Amino acid sequence: MKAAPFDYFRPASLQEAAERLSVNSDDGAMILAGGQSLVPMMALRVAYASELIDLNAIKGIDTVSRSERGIAIPPLVRHADFHSSDVAPGPLGHVLATVSRHIAHYPIRQRGTFCGSLAHADPSSEWCLIAAALDAEIELLSVSGRRRIKAKDWWAGVMETVREPEEIIVAVHLPLLPDDIQWGFYEFNRRAGDFALGMAFCCYRLTEGLITKPHVALGGIEEYPRRIPEAEAVLEGATPSAEVFGEAARTASKAVNPLEDPATPAAYRRDLSATVVRRALTSATQTKSSPALSA
Amino acid sequence: MKTDKEAMSRSSHSRQVRKSAYIGKSVPRLEDRPLVAGEGRFVGDMNLPHQLWARIVRSPHAAGRLLAVDTEAARTMPGIVAVWNSDDISDIPNIPFRATSIQGLGPYTQPILARDRVRYVGEPVAVVFADDPYLAEDAADAVFVDVDEDTKPILDARDEPGEFAPGASTEPVIINKGYGDVAKGFRTAHRIVELDLSVGRHSGIPMETRGALAEFDMVNEKLHLWGATKRPHWNRDRIAEMLDMSPAQVALHELHVGGGFGIRGELYPEDILVCVGAMRLRRPVKWIEDRREHMMAANHSREQHHLIRAAVDSDGHILAIDETLHHDQGAYVRTHGARVADMSIGLLLGPYAVPAYAARAHFRLTAKTPAATYRAPGRFEGSFVRERLMDAIAHELQLDPLELRRRNFIASSEMPYARNLSALETEVILDSGDYSGLLDKAKRFAGWEALKSEAAERRAKGKHVGVGLGYFVEKSGLGPSELVRMTVATDGSVEIVTGAASLGQGMETAIAQIAADTLGVDYSRCAVIHGDTDKIAFGWGAHASRVTVMTGEASRLAAEEVRIKALNMAAELLQCAPDGLFLDDGVVHHVESGASVSLAEVAKALEPASSQRGDRSPGLTAEAWFHNKHMNYPYGAHIALVCVDAETGHVKVERYFVSYDIGRAVNPSMIEGQILGGLSQGLGGALFEEFRYDDTGQPVSVTFADYLMVSAAEMPETAVQILQDAPSPLNPLGLKGSGEGGVTAAGATIATAIDDALQRPGLVRRLPVTPQYLLQRIAEYDAGQHDARQSDDLTGACE
Ligand SMILES: Cc1cc2nc3c(=O)[nH]c(=O)nc-3n(C[C@H](O)[C@H](O)[C@H](O)COP(=O)(O)OP(=O)(O)OC[C@H]3O[C@@H](n4cnc5c(N)ncnc54)[C@H](O)[C@@H]3O)c2cc1C
Repeated sequence: MKAAPFDYFRPASLQEAAERLSVNSDDGAMILAGGQSLVPMMALRVAYASELIDLNAIKGIDTVSRSERGIAIPPLVRHADFHSSDVAPGPLGHVLATVSRHIAHYPIRQRGTFCGSLAHADPSSEWCLIAAALDAEIELLSVSGRRRIKAKDWWAGVMETVREPEEIIVAVHLPLLPDDIQWGFYEFNRRAGDFALGMAFCCYRLTEGLITKPHVALGGIEEYPRRIPEAEAVLEGATPSAEVFGEAARTASKAVNPLEDPATPAAYRRDLSATVVRRALTSATQTKSSPALSA
Repeated sequence: MKTDKEAMSRSSHSRQVRKSAYIGKSVPRLEDRPLVAGEGRFVGDMNLPHQLWARIVRSPHAAGRLLAVDTEAARTMPGIVAVWNSDDISDIPNIPFRATSIQGLGPYTQPILARDRVRYVGEPVAVVFADDPYLAEDAADAVFVDVDEDTKPILDARDEPGEFAPGASTEPVIINKGYGDVAKGFRTAHRIVELDLSVGRHSGIPMETRGALAEFDMVNEKLHLWGATKRPHWNRDRIAEMLDMSPAQVALHELHVGGGFGIRGELYPEDILVCVGAMRLRRPVKWIEDRREHMMAANHSREQHHLIRAAVDSDGHILAIDETLHHDQGAYVRTHGARVADMSIGLLLGPYAVPAYAARAHFRLTAKTPAATYRAPGRFEGSFVRERLMDAIAHELQLDPLELRRRNFIASSEMPYARNLSALETEVILDSGDYSGLLDKAKRFAGWEALKSEAAERRAKGKHVGVGLGYFVEKSGLGPSELVRMTVATDGSVEIVTGAASLGQGMETAIAQIAADTLGVDYSRCAVIHGDTDKIAFGWGAHASRVTVMTGEASRLAAEEVRIKALNMAAELLQCAPDGLFLDDGVVHHVESGASVSLAEVAKALEPASSQRGDRSPGLTAEAWFHNKHMNYPYGAHIALVCVDAETGHVKVERYFVSYDIGRAVNPSMIEGQILGGLSQGLGGALFEEFRYDDTGQPVSVTFADYLMVSAAEMPETAVQILQDAPSPLNPLGLKGSGEGGVTAAGATIATAIDDALQRPGLVRRLPVTPQYLLQRIAEYDAGQHDARQSDDLTGACE
């Protein structure tokens, strides 16, 4: 479990990193952010990087910035930076604080990054789920310029995205959430700190007692997290109730195309998708800003 | 402080409290200081000048003909000293197994590098020797292994056996055991209960992976190997045989060891490769296993399928048991031979009287990492099977499951009880035990009735909460012998040399306590030297919960002899008769006169040139052997309270109780530690840990992300009750071993608690009970019920 030989480069700016990447990415140069996925994969020799372009010396990219409409998360913001709900105004801060605690273990959260999670695109990444659920935008930089990708267009498969090898994620943009939002998150994993077997994030607003603009997103179930429009359609305009949530959950579980592996049959994940959606929705009714945490 | 009656009677004059009464006290562990201070010395910490690093190239294929192992490219890489495949070591024989009465295993032993065929993913096919471990790993990557996958790998021991080699099937042996008229039992049965049960493949995962460092001392023509443990003397003798040397030319040295659990310290291909490397390349060779290798190279264990049938009368008495075991040995026969399969059926019956028994173990090879013993081998599996059976019988006859057990217990008046069966090459004779008494105590300790009503109340509120009990008999104190040499130095400190080993279990402390208590010294002045073949000629190592029994009794005998010598010398120094003397805390007192002399002074007086020695033999020292033909049998019960989330399949173990009778508890808090550590492994096997393979034989659990171990967060609140009601008659202190009882009944107990939580008797049929398995099994169970129960009525979270 020792990495194959690689070169190491430490740029002082994102521009310099992009220039280096444009030259070396064809040979297999890769960005190093928190290293919490890439380094173990290199040690196991399932990932081979010809060169690591380490972003960690770059100044000014480690703090979440706020605008009227949302927040921007640059490459060196760590999972642990979200432990406090002050990281973003209003309910969004609470959402991120709650969800961050489900990512791996405390030491890993001190290094792993939000942008790295989106680049790595693990099907069970909590940040990928949040990006999908809240319609994030991913901002990419390369020598040929910048572009923004909507979350729904970001993924291309298991641990695959539309990012070109010479592009760097320079920010993930998340919209603020209205104060009256109802939201819930539920994750199931085998042990504390493990990657989720399945998880759901749901949110909606109530207009005269009726659900409006529901978002229902699932992670860990399919190749990548996504919103489930069929389940959202069940909720739209309905009065929140156990029956409605149950139906939305069942609808979601019918709409998914679950992953299968030697430990987990697709049928299990399908079943689980209903459970996590229902539990996320149920907890969403209970409180506005800090719903009951999951098991 | 409490007085020790035995000690009082030893010296008619002693009225005071004996300071050296250490047996039974939870004194702090002597071995902890360097470990907690970061000053431990494991094999990974040790380096020798000019050493080379070995890296093993492993088969990426589960089964096939080995066409070529191309080492050419690797050989020319920087820092590479040598790259070998099996052609380079064709003179080295396969790794042998321990003496056994089971015939026919010879053709199935493992070569140190694969020849002709590869048989599992992870099998060593080549070895790289390099100046540094990184270069070694780079070169290993460049070795090309060409395999013709000419057969489909066998991945289930229940499949038809295939061909291992021409004329040798993948079923080396079927082991038969039994006694009595089984056919009659089934003919006259009131009911017959049959179960098909499985235990998943898992194993001991020590925190420290394996490692070895070998050096050939050319001046003395002696091969040294560090990183040895568990069986240093046996391994020394086999290494000598394999390398055609005298045992006197081979020395194994034990350093600190970060856990063994049965799998560490066996003789593996890597140990031999390191030794051969050091001898042929004339440089020390070091090898440290990485975790991924460990998961596919060190011994696996546990995977078994049991088809068991019981014939019972209308009162629930067992009339006969018929058992068929399919044991998944993996690709080769390793050092244990067929021992685990053999003892699985030899020890299956646990605490119950069974008038007739017929068992057959199909010992079968598959395309997986070879298997051997892992903490409570055969008993974790067997207890699951036997206790599932008892629950099934109770359900069939509508009897209380604990009452059913009680009716079938062997009575304490029947002890010693010869089973008419063998295990570990010895006759199984249950030496002592009050099974019914322990059941009462265990129930009281756990508050059984209160737990049952709590579970029922929570079930009434829609939660799936259940309680279960698993009863078990362990075995310990495996002989045949152990030797101890004890010497008091002229500063009064005591050196105890034993051929047993330490895997971190605390044996230094336990042995020091027994020696100090017997001799009458401070236990912290006793140094226990172990695991070094150069320090003592014979030794049987650390396994099978034997050290406290075997080395413990040998130490007691040696200490007794040293004490007599010391009193004899002291009597002369104090000018009195020896029987007026009392040795405690390192000082010999003459109780009447108050005169005293320290043990240090006594040792000085016995120095060879001392004028006071007279014609006594020089040195305050003694050697003692303890021989023991039969194992002894501790026993106990586990009780668990679990809550099942029936929507996700998650099982939360909320509370756990272990009651264990080990005859005599030398250090209760260390025993508690053994039980807690064992329990975490037992729960791992019950709920989490499993080596899985895909259908091409690729292992898919080779990191801690896929092979799930129990962490602190998964451990339940646990209470341990140590009992001493049935001392072993096989040694004077009544000792039994305590290393394995925390594991043994965990699978059985969790299974029955889950059944209870979901109110579905007989639900759990395999371990580990993963969420995936549990949900699938509930659906299957409900589909097979006449009353068409709906799994939809099942609910979720425990909170
Ligand atoms: C034991 C363990 C448990 C874990 N559990 C979880 C969990 O429960 N949930 C979870 O979500 N994650 C989990 N992780 C993964 C962890 O969250 C990682 O930190 C995260 O997936 C990747 O972030 P990173 O900054 O460490 O990325 P790195 O490891 O540095 O990089 C990962 C990949 O992303 C690329 N990359 C990184 N940053 C950028 C960028 N700005 N632009 C372009 N490419 C980039 C790298 O080139 C690489 O390919 C776990 C990790 C471990 C070791």
